[in-house]
Amino acid sequence: MAEIMVWEAILRAHDEELANDPMVIAMGEDIGVVGGTYKATLGLHDKYGEERIIDTPISENGFTGLGIGASFLGVRPIIEIMSVNFSWLAMDQMFNTAAKVRYMSGGQLQAPIVVRSPGGTAHQLGSQHSARMEKVFMGIAGLRVVTPSNPRQAYGLLKSAVRCNDPVFINEHELMYNMKGTVPEEEYFHPLEGSEVAREGRDITLFGYNISVHWCLQAAELLSKHHGIEAEVVDLYALSPLDRAGIRNSVSKTHRAVIVEEAEPAVGVGAEVMAVINEECFFELDAAPVRVSALNVPIPYNHALEKTALPDANDVVEAVRKIFGV
Amino acid sequence: MPGFHRNHHGSMKDADKKRLLREMLFARRFEERCYEAYVERNIGGFLHLYPGEEACAHGVLEAARVGHDYVITSYRDHVHAIKSGSDPRAVMAELFSKETGVSKGRGGSMHIFDVKHRFMGGYALVGGPFPLAAGIAKAIRLQGGDEICICFLGDAANNQGTFHESLNMAALWNLPVLYVCENNLYGIGTRIDRSTAVVDQYKRVSAYNIPSAKENGQDVELVHKAAVKAIKHVRSGKGPYFLELMTYRYRGHSMSDSNAYRAKTEERMWSKRDPVIMLRDRLIDAGKLTLKEFKDMDTEILDEIEDEVIRFAAESPEPHIADVEKYVLAENDPWVRGGAE
Repeated sequence: MAEIMVWEAILRAHDEELANDPMVIAMGEDIGVVGGTYKATLGLHDKYGEERIIDTPISENGFTGLGIGASFLGVRPIIEIMSVNFSWLAMDQMFNTAAKVRYMSGGQLQAPIVVRSPGGTAHQLGSQHSARMEKVFMGIAGLRVVTPSNPRQAYGLLKSAVRCNDPVFINEHELMYNMKGTVPEEEYFHPLEGSEVAREGRDITLFGYNISVHWCLQAAELLSKHHGIEAEVVDLYALSPLDRAGIRNSVSKTHRAVIVEEAEPAVGVGAEVMAVINEECFFELDAAPVRVSALNVPIPYNHALEKTALPDANDVVEAVRKIFGV
Repeated sequence: MPGFHRNHHGSMKDADKKRLLREMLFARRFEERCYEAYVERNIGGFLHLYPGEEACAHGVLEAARVGHDYVITSYRDHVHAIKSGSDPRAVMAELFSKETGVSKGRGGSMHIFDVKHRFMGGYALVGGPFPLAAGIAKAIRLQGGDEICICFLGDAANNQGTFHESLNMAALWNLPVLYVCENNLYGIGTRIDRSTAVVDQYKRVSAYNIPSAKENGQDVELVHKAAVKAIKHVRSGKGPYFLELMTYRYRGHSMSDSNAYRAKTEERMWSKRDPVIMLRDRLIDAGKLTLKEFKDMDTEILDEIEDEVIRFAAESPEPHIADVEKYVLAENDPWVRGGAE
């Protein structure tokens, strides 16, 4: 098992899938000659050439639609949208075309595209570069949404997403491209559905995804050390469809749940997981589920304000302490 | 393969003209019957009809290799599908929301799909197909075929960002796509000079160095001639082309449109340029057709639509309710589970 960074894992997945199938292409802003803002396509332009590694104009809806049209004929585009904030512009084509074309054509057409984009907040990027949009994508029927929390998932999810016949949105994170982790040496395809138990525990379940898995893991260590509370951390790498069985299994074991999301609370991952808990295992609960979310504000530039607007491991610890009254 | 002849040369034989006359008259009667079926409540939702514009789809696709070239368009899509080779019965069954419809009753009037004839669909977002067409053209290039993609859209679509984004990419990457602008002078109910700074649409693409032409969209022979030139350009690898066809829709934008925004004098003027009547009279004047033959043809078409098309649609089964969640995602896709097993 090699230890590599998230960007290296994504690059490796690109390289293997491009080598495997001549109909796999990559496209996006600055992904070719420059090699990608986060180096996820570094060197691929030289290796696979101009026709397959495409530097696009800054026309998010246009090039996403172009990728979708190509996918109708069996091309498998991996589309990078440089920042998730720009994907608002591509939502017309992603939602109106990619997510619906199989259905409205009665199964004649499919749009097997992958759109990958860094979501989340980084450091002082301001309101228009700090959107967290996973909750928007996961509400759309016909679209799969996955979000890796480590290099192994980043590699394996992209591999499976390229081969899957559905459109897949991969929500990455600006702060996580240099995060290290082990990735199998041999080829590995991660499931696009399900969840993973990132830490076993008996007292409470902390549900996280992408960066919030790490806040949950930090919180679990603090809770164990200072309060003797053993939290289970469930990594919801698949946001659509959500792993109803995985959510039920963990809550049925711990009887308590906190959902940790980087986004504003309304209509979000926390709200959705709570609804699933209600529907799947309400009578297993010993306490009302709680969500830890960002404040309902556009993300400020000022560092202290920004930090206040966002949740962290301490907020998770506080939420758990409140549930247990400790 | 559809039974349509292919006519890739500039001039047309009389037999081809007579066949085209029949196809256009069929399209006219088909659409008029859709109107009635909507009033009878056999067709629901939105319905955008094509009467008045028949020469556009027929003239262009007569010059294309139907079933080989890819065709994509907007929500005013029935006639383009039929000219591309779709069975009119399956198109009508789609409008009647039946399982035997081209899109299995899931699409409706605005979403006619018939991929086996390379009719890649009707789309309901104005301007949505611009980048899809460029993408189909990109795929053709990657796969090394000699097909082209033909994208039919209305004039008002050219005010969407997708128009500029797609033309830029199509020109930049030299993609084999023909954009056909069916300029019917109105974007829903707003006249073109009240919505668009440059009224001549063919001029707008010069910003992207895309060659273009403007043609009388009511004369199927002129449309065909212009399309032959356009398609030759695109198929030869010279990149995209833009063809503006001046036309007029007789009915409102959709069935929910009162059509009260157009002057009667304007409507009368355009009715004198009717594409079906123009071709009919030309054939009669040339001694190739009699009025009686035309009337017989019309009766035959009306009977065919009633006895075969409408009957098939009316008698076809509805989709099974239990299948409502089918076609949302791929069925049993192994990669969802991470591959094999």
